[in-house]
Amino acid sequence: MKTCLIVDDSKVIRKVARHILETLEFQVEEAGDGREALTHCESKMPDVVLLDWNMPVMSGMEFLKLLRQSGHSDQPKVVFCTTENDMAHIRAALEAGADEYVMKPFDRETLHVKLQLVGVA
Amino acid sequence: MEVSDSSSRILAGLLEARTGQQLTMSRRWRIETALSALLRERSIATLDELITILVMNKDPKLADAVVEALLNNETYFFRDRAPFDMIGQRFLPEIAQRRPDKRLRIWSAGCSSGQEAYSIAMMLSADPLRWQGWTFDIIGTDVSDAVISKARRAHYTQFEVQRGLGIQETIRWFEEDEDGWQANEKLRKMVKFEVRNILDAPPMGGPFDLVLCRNVLLYLNNERRRAAFERISTVIAPDGGLLLGAGETVIGQTERFAADRGHRGLYRPVDLTSPEAKLLGT
Repeated sequence: MKTCLIVDDSKVIRKVARHILETLEFQVEEAGDGREALTHCESKMPDVVLLDWNMPVMSGMEFLKLLRQSGHSDQPKVVFCTTENDMAHIRAALEAGADEYVMKPFDRETLHVKLQLVGVA
Repeated sequence: MEVSDSSSRILAGLLEARTGQQLTMSRRWRIETALSALLRERSIATLDELITILVMNKDPKLADAVVEALLNNETYFFRDRAPFDMIGQRFLPEIAQRRPDKRLRIWSAGCSSGQEAYSIAMMLSADPLRWQGWTFDIIGTDVSDAVISKARRAHYTQFEVQRGLGIQETIRWFEEDEDGWQANEKLRKMVKFEVRNILDAPPMGGPFDLVLCRNVLLYLNNERRRAAFERISTVIAPDGGLLLGAGETVIGQTERFAADRGHRGLYRPVDLTSPEAKLLGT
């Protein structure tokens, strides 16, 4: 079973995403900010991270940069999942090492396609 | 808003008379959702009031709008992905070997708002080395005026674009504007659209090397489905292919097409005058 770490400060988004991911047969972990997500990744690297942009303590972008610089060989796929959908944000996310980008709100089909495109579903 | 049996029957009759499509019992749950925006827009309080206006023919344009709203236009880019991989990597390259004029003709029948036709255009454009010097005639047809207008505009919301496209595909083939994404000029030039019912005469421009008719024929009764297969068979190249939706088949529907065992989901036209077809009684 593939594992997905949902990183989002909104409990509602985490709940919705968890529900979708569980129907797609993922084992799901949750983190409320980038710092918490890094701790998760240090203990066990997930197959994919669903990552919010704006969060307290540590943003999604800061988390992604630190993750990609960490030197871990088992790097997860990262799908940015955000309300920021302008080209500047998209390009910045891709340059920082994101594999996919999905804008909220999303449905099951959209998320499934994104996970297929990064090769984890 | 409750949908009574009699209202459902009237609406089903209207849809079938205008388009040939059936509003089967399993689709009747959609009525309420499909018509709610229209009722709000026209300040019609209840479905019964709508039916009264329709039956008394007080507003002929309302009937057009009801039919448009009842049509199922569900679609997205690269729907199901696997058939596109099969077409792009195997079927079209194979058929291209038999096309010395370097021209391929593709018909997306029941194309809705154009995502399928543009997906084909993206798929072919993404492989310029293979297709250098080739001309593609891609035509999309649909019974609905509204979706063909949208297909021609080639403008999609963020939700529609990300429902099927990866972010790299999105930024490669679309340009962002204030309220969504516009397909770029290269894609738009590759695809043409026409309002046309699958039950009417097929579009000009054949014979088609590939016909995509996915999740369209399931809305027709057996007789009309058979007629649609007949019409498609008149414009498909003898070595062309017909792609149906996942879960759709020709078995028990028509003798004009047979499954291509080498290409999952693809059906080949059958030459009914061939000795083999005659022997099989088809």
